[in-house]
Amino acid sequence: MTTVLLVFAIIAIVAVAIWLTYNTLIVAKTRVQESWSGIDVQLKRRFDLIPNLVETVKGYAKHEKEIFENVSKARAAMLGAKTPNEKASADNMLSGTLKSLFAIAENYPELKASENFKELQDELSDTENKIAYSRQFYNGNVLDYNTKIRIFPTVLIANLLKFEEEQFFKADESEREEVKVKF
Amino acid sequence: MTPYNQIDSNKRKTWAVMFLFVVLVTLIGYIFGQISGYGNSFVVFALVFSTFSSVSSYYFSDSLVLAISGAKKVDKSVSPQIYRAVENLCIGAGISIPQIYLIEDTAINAFATGRDPKHAAVVFTTGCLTRLEDEELEGVAAHELSHIKNFDSRLMVIVVILVGSVTLLADFMARSFMFRGRSRDDNKANGIIMLIGLLLIILSPLIAILIQLAISRNREHLADASGALLTRYPQGLANALEKIAADKELLEVANKATAHLYISNPLKNQKDSVSWFANLFNTHPPIGDRIARLRSM
Repeated sequence: MTTVLLVFAIIAIVAVAIWLTYNTLIVAKTRVQESWSGIDVQLKRRFDLIPNLVETVKGYAKHEKEIFENVSKARAAMLGAKTPNEKASADNMLSGTLKSLFAIAENYPELKASENFKELQDELSDTENKIAYSRQFYNGNVLDYNTKIRIFPTVLIANLLKFEEEQFFKADESEREEVKVKF
Repeated sequence: MTPYNQIDSNKRKTWAVMFLFVVLVTLIGYIFGQISGYGNSFVVFALVFSTFSSVSSYYFSDSLVLAISGAKKVDKSVSPQIYRAVENLCIGAGISIPQIYLIEDTAINAFATGRDPKHAAVVFTTGCLTRLEDEELEGVAAHELSHIKNFDSRLMVIVVILVGSVTLLADFMARSFMFRGRSRDDNKANGIIMLIGLLLIILSPLIAILIQLAISRNREHLADASGALLTRYPQGLANALEKIAADKELLEVANKATAHLYISNPLKNQKDSVSWFANLFNTHPPIGDRIARLRSM
């Protein structure tokens, strides 16, 4: 009789443990997804700004065909990207081509002086800052979630329930700035 | 202490402060009622008064502090620079964008208030906008947002109002004793004056505890560190603090009760404020210490 009770008690404890762990993991995973949509909003905003920018630059610098092609290629790659890794590399490519676009603008004083161009430049650099900040928030949440599912004993339940690691949104190597924070 | 512990401890302390306030004011009301001969009706008054101010300070203390400080709400069109800085940092911290207020003053200072991240406001002086570089302003904004995120602002602002009303009540009772004292004989008056002294003795440690609860120096260091974690650029805030330290200008709208809300002591501890009471409000860690910690990150 006592053994039966004991077995029931153990099963009950395990069931409760699985239940609680599942809930914490779901909360962490939802946070990751939610912060991912934060990045997506900013990427979309940048994506929508680009045609306008290209048109403006074209008005002053028709001959720079190659650069326009690169920008539209990178923009198309962005459209095709689905996973965080793909999106991150497409985003980095886009940043690179936009940089060369702005470098070219340096050669056209009239373009540089245009109000419309200045506004677009402002908007784009603001969007880039926002991408950087939403990336930081997203990566923080991914770190939190990935750590949770790798820690014992949660790792057992996470494997059982097929929780998989999420991908970080990686910044371009050249953009990265290391800062150590000590408490 | 991590930000997560800080949030829990701040929420606990907020309730503790409110509860303590109600109990103490009621107790004092009882003592006052017994001595003055008003009887138990005064206990009821004290209970109603303290509960009312506790609850209303929870909901309205932020608007009150904003009004006292003469802060005006701004939006994106008025000041895009500050709006963008705050907006970006909020994206990084994952909190909703607080309301942004400006105080017309050339001194550099800022504070945050509100009961939770959804009902919060950050306040900057116009001096912040004109005299700080973008990354310094971002550092200051990140420090203030950390206060909001950690629920520091809730505890701090409630303490401002409750400490204010305790002072008001003590003042009221002291005056009432004085008034009654005049019509009695001298002996009685002496006893009453002693009693006022006694009341103040009871009250002052309470005030001191409340203030210390609100503004442990760790709170500022933690907000500095979480702010630096948010901007990934501790030098920004360090430079801003250096500018503030070098600045001798006082912030006119700040008073002793609201001083501890600010990022750096707005009263600059001028001579007349260095009484024992003002020392209680000497709440900020030495600015040099904060700069050194930020520089070493």
